[in-house]
Amino acid sequence: MSQRIPITELTDSFRGRAKEALEDGQLRTNFRVAMDSLMRKRADAFPDEEEREGLRELGNRIKAGALSRLPDLLEQLETRLTENGVKVHWAETTEEANQIVHGIIKSKQGSQVVKGKSMVSEEMEMNDFLAERHIECLESDMGEYIVQLDGEKPSHIIMPAIHKNRRQVSKLFHDKLGVEETDDVNELIRIGRRTLRTEFMEADVGVSGVNFAIAETGTLLLVENEGNGRMSTTAPPVHVAVTGIEKVVENLRDVVPLVSLLTRSALGQPITTYVNMISGPRKPDELDGPEEVHLVLLDNGRSDAFADAQMRQTLNCIRCGACMNHCPVYTRVGGHTYGEVYPGPIGKIITPHMVGLHQVPEHPSASSLCGACGEVCPVKIPIPELLQRLRQENVKSPAEHPKVDGGAKYSRKERAVWRIWVALNTRPGLYKLFLWAATRFGKLTPKNVGPWTENHTAPVPARRSLHDLARDHLSSQQKQGGQS
Amino acid sequence: MNARNNILNKLRTSLAGTSPRPDEFDEELVTRPWQYDPQNRIERLRSLMEAVHTEIHPLASEQWPAKVQELLESRNLGNVLYAPGTEHGRMLAEHWQNAGAKQELIAYDRPVEEWKEELFWEVDASVTGTLGGIAATGSLVLWPDRHEPRLMSLLPPVHIALLKASDIEDNLYAMMKAQSWSAGLPTNLLLISGPSKTADIEQVLAYGAHGPKELIVLILEDQ
Repeated sequence: MSQRIPITELTDSFRGRAKEALEDGQLRTNFRVAMDSLMRKRADAFPDEEEREGLRELGNRIKAGALSRLPDLLEQLETRLTENGVKVHWAETTEEANQIVHGIIKSKQGSQVVKGKSMVSEEMEMNDFLAERHIECLESDMGEYIVQLDGEKPSHIIMPAIHKNRRQVSKLFHDKLGVEETDDVNELIRIGRRTLRTEFMEADVGVSGVNFAIAETGTLLLVENEGNGRMSTTAPPVHVAVTGIEKVVENLRDVVPLVSLLTRSALGQPITTYVNMISGPRKPDELDGPEEVHLVLLDNGRSDAFADAQMRQTLNCIRCGACMNHCPVYTRVGGHTYGEVYPGPIGKIITPHMVGLHQVPEHPSASSLCGACGEVCPVKIPIPELLQRLRQENVKSPAEHPKVDGGAKYSRKERAVWRIWVALNTRPGLYKLFLWAATRFGKLTPKNVGPWTENHTAPVPARRSLHDLARDHLSSQQKQGGQS
Repeated sequence: MNARNNILNKLRTSLAGTSPRPDEFDEELVTRPWQYDPQNRIERLRSLMEAVHTEIHPLASEQWPAKVQELLESRNLGNVLYAPGTEHGRMLAEHWQNAGAKQELIAYDRPVEEWKEELFWEVDASVTGTLGGIAATGSLVLWPDRHEPRLMSLLPPVHIALLKASDIEDNLYAMMKAQSWSAGLPTNLLLISGPSKTADIEQVLAYGAHGPKELIVLILEDQ
């Protein structure tokens, strides 16, 4: 496979990438159009507000309930799956998870892997790990296939190639696959179908993600529209599912509201074309399906988030992408600007426990706190509240023991400025003195006050304070009152 | 096993002193908005499935094999994959013989490994049964087994599914209850709600992404 261009390293800061994205008219149009349409579809899929709010509340309770007994449910899931013939593996880090997957492939002397869409495998950078070991891992979701072909990363967790338009895809197929250029989306999909079908047939191992793991029955549930998920989990002789430890739910019935919330929030569909529920490998008398099924349960920082009662709520996430579809910042800067696997509002609150907040200190601030993400979240994660929490962690001094690896934005200078501000505003004498000085020596205010003056003129204090003006106003009114 | 113990221990430490949340599942919420009387039930399923390009034909039960033949003829398809070990498979074979249908009947009667290439590229259509339908979401329930394998509803470009009208339930929850799914699930249980599709390029909907390009549902009215 072609070497992946580390897009995220082209410009090494969120601000730098954001600036580039904002200047890219094509990119902005592609996102604007797509996000508008996704928002409309979601709204249409929930015509009854009462039903929607009831379901969101239920979704939240189911996930919170599952988290409140997470270790027991994970053990129950393992027991059931093992009874069903599925081999369960545990990994604390992405490195461990990759080694497990690689070990399975090696034990089968496999060299070709076909993969259904899986964000956890993106977290693991599984494709690169396997490529370094001479195993080709091909993405089979149309969008993922397109971004992989172009050496890119997904820019949206549900619509990986949403940043590209048909002409860009057509040119890519022409350059990489040697086919005629075409503006016909159907033809582009036909090309993808033909190319990938051979891969499904020949693959030694199929890899997939999991949307919900059901402890009661030992079942892995996957939703999808294309059929590539079914192909990857049915056609190759071995199926390896990778998922985060937070995906487990207790009962089969729990997936009724959760699947409904997921597909309606993500795509505005009452249900996806396929809901694929896998409970074991091929039975001795069955004619197809993989002979081996493995599940890799990945932690990768999730147990750290779990340890913090407030941040634990991030583990409610069912990866629908509605928060990014409704985010005014995401819509403008696009998914690649975030430079991490999970972009948008949800990315901003889960990336810290995966890579440490000090790696992504700009993320919590890349939000207007408009609240749209929290309002649409199908499992009611209070995203704005968690962003504020991370902003606080970001500026804590080492002595204040920042959590989730915060403290990266702590600045003595800024802290000192706030101390002075507090002093001025809590001591009337000092405040009066400051006011007196500010109104008289306003001209001395610096002309350059950071980012503000990039697009605005610097503020200059007025010659007279509001207090002063109010006093005048009131006394003149009193005079008038006395005369009449 | 270290990773396992470390993860579980860490989670348990974090939960120390807390108690599990009570079961707050609300059956009403997932059933009440999704209830239909018998005629509307079929109509609901039909309109949702048609909205995603599924072709639907209500029929009297005994007419379906002839309908399958007609559908293949009108599309100029040369063969059809069927499940010889099922009752509907036997009905189809019987009809084929009696009617002298010219399309080749291909039996899925050996492990996929023995004829993968043919299955992947040369089959034109398939006929499968279903375990029922779900009106709320416009879905078919398939429970593949040794007689009717998983790939039958995935590989052929045209998938013809038989659905008994009386097997349509209001919603997924009712279906799970009616068929006691939680008591035991097959290797692979499927809900299928249309032909395979993608909107990954510019959100333009294209059918026939990796699975069937066409899904045809024959709704069989009871006698």
